[in-house]
Amino acid sequence: MIENTLEIPVEIPEEARNPVEPFLRMDRMPHIWCPGCGIGTTVNCFTRALLNSKANLDKVAVVSGIGCTGRVAGYARLDSFHTTHGRAIPFATGLKLSNPELQVVVYSGDGDLFAIGGNHFIHAARRNMDLKVICVNNMTYAMTGGQTAPTTPGSSITATAPYGAFEPTFNLASLAEAAGASYVARWTTYHVKQLSRSMEEVLNKKGFCFIEVLTPCPTLYQRRNKMGDGLDAMKYYKEAGKIRNGAPTGECGLTRSGEIVLGKFVDRERPDYLDLLRAQMTQALGERYVEPEASCSSC
Amino acid sequence: MHADPKGVLTGVHFLDGDHACCEGTLAAGARFSAGYPITPSTEVVERFASRIPTVGGIFVQMEDELAASIAIQGAVWGGAKAFTVTSGPGFSLMMEHIGYAAMTETPCVFVDVQRGGPSTGLPTLPAQADMMQARWGSHGDYGIIALCPNSPQECFDLTITAFNLSEEFRVPVMMMLDECVGHMTEKVVIPEADGIEITPRRYTTLPPEEFRLFKPKADLVPDMVRAGDGYRFHVTGLTHDERGYPSMDVETQDRTVRRLQDKLKPLANGRCLCETADLEDAEVVVVSYGITSRVAQRALEMARDQGVRAGKFRLISAWPFPLERIRELAARVKAFVVPELNLGQMVLEVERAAAGRAAVIPVSHAGGTVHNPDTILKAILEAAR
Repeated sequence: MIENTLEIPVEIPEEARNPVEPFLRMDRMPHIWCPGCGIGTTVNCFTRALLNSKANLDKVAVVSGIGCTGRVAGYARLDSFHTTHGRAIPFATGLKLSNPELQVVVYSGDGDLFAIGGNHFIHAARRNMDLKVICVNNMTYAMTGGQTAPTTPGSSITATAPYGAFEPTFNLASLAEAAGASYVARWTTYHVKQLSRSMEEVLNKKGFCFIEVLTPCPTLYQRRNKMGDGLDAMKYYKEAGKIRNGAPTGECGLTRSGEIVLGKFVDRERPDYLDLLRAQMTQALGERYVEPEASCSSC
Repeated sequence: MHADPKGVLTGVHFLDGDHACCEGTLAAGARFSAGYPITPSTEVVERFASRIPTVGGIFVQMEDELAASIAIQGAVWGGAKAFTVTSGPGFSLMMEHIGYAAMTETPCVFVDVQRGGPSTGLPTLPAQADMMQARWGSHGDYGIIALCPNSPQECFDLTITAFNLSEEFRVPVMMMLDECVGHMTEKVVIPEADGIEITPRRYTTLPPEEFRLFKPKADLVPDMVRAGDGYRFHVTGLTHDERGYPSMDVETQDRTVRRLQDKLKPLANGRCLCETADLEDAEVVVVSYGITSRVAQRALEMARDQGVRAGKFRLISAWPFPLERIRELAARVKAFVVPELNLGQMVLEVERAAAGRAAVIPVSHAGGTVHNPDTILKAILEAAR
């Protein structure tokens, strides 16, 4: 079958390179992620989105918090910041406001962005801060050994819920929409084309944009719950994933094994923080208002 | 280089310490501040919010102190000079990011207008009980600088010094005001912009392929870059090598953490900021700082009137602590008297420096008001006996 459909040279030529390599710090490979983990897949999608968006890579910054996904900043060959737990968004807020020509991407996990960092998320969405937030949702705290997250579905066994998790979870898409996000989408690491397209789309959209990516964690979540390996997760995503663009986010909650509603749920125009600031100050101060000076490396 | 005249409100003013501190940030070139309201410090950012739109910069009121204290660091890596302002409870929340600034060598300024604690304590009343927290509040070993103004004029002057030191040494610098200094109103003279020296950021002149983000120069401080200039650099709070890449090895940890402390050594003594008087013949030296130094001044004068040879040692930079200076004095004076609005914090440093060679007498006060000068006088007289 393979021989008929693909032409794979027996020997890979010396000069052959994966097209994503220029986007990665190859001197830091191999990465720390486990076999079957989906974070690398999301990074692959992200690099393709950067490639397609033709963004000036010198002007793209990645900000991460702490956790497995927090390590993305360390592998991206961009200006990249690995901050403190939960605080990627406020760091990114300062970075963006002091240097507005930067495209600032926040790349972090569900525990980081929605437990310890939840308050910052809703406030950045409310302000419509021009940040692109990519949340890798593996439904657990993986880096610390698989503890319960605000996204861990009911009855899952975790390191801190040995008899099963029972707390209600956040519906991240609904939360983002309610808080004011300009763009909300959800994909899985099975839906790589759609995910890349969404990422490319937000790189060209102003305002607070949010993409949730469901990602397998075979080592620390699936293993405890007899959910198989990374491939089993792909099969589940394929079978349970239902693309419904524009679906009401309130009806898109996730369960452990039920349907996964996917798609672009929200895409709306709202003035972003700097637009609002400029408008208000111009109205109040007229010609006395001075635009924030772009930071300058010679001063 | 000289200050940018856009931020300098040249003239003679009648300002409280909080407002003077704000003018200091503007004169120093700060064009970004993130804050969260808390008494008795909020006036600093209230004034900044009012002034900055006509100077050219950003004030953003964040959702909490954690956010404010990391937003300023994002702004610094974006190229701005930045600061935040708080008081006790907020200062506690900022500790993690003081550690982040120390580890990532992010130059920035934290203003703490101290009030009574612990916890919510005395929101509107003075204390000086955050002095050890300023030094040791975040986990791990690191060096910081903390300055203690005792007047609105010094709130202006030392805020500029704070920014300059933070750029020179790439450390977080604390401005340790107290409620009294923050709220006392006095004459403040703001000079012409070309009379204000500003330390520019230490931007590298090396091209990206030769530059290493955490490679120290001869003074142990590395040069910096800002985001967006093509260096494609990485910053992490993890222990990192000269490239900024995470490193788990013991040697890197040792080298990094020692350097974070050692780079401040030049400040510890030779360049420590202090104000002294009558030390030549002193038998008793009063070591004080902030508002307490103003009260102690009265006690010193009364002691001299009574024939006691009392000398003044005012800490302007509490951290690094001027260990050598106090050690020298300990060899020739009878006693140190250390009044402070806490139950004994900087006095521990004085004791450490004196190392038993001179008596060290704390004059503690839990805060809420200032000392009565008579209490300090009594301690001086007893020490001289």
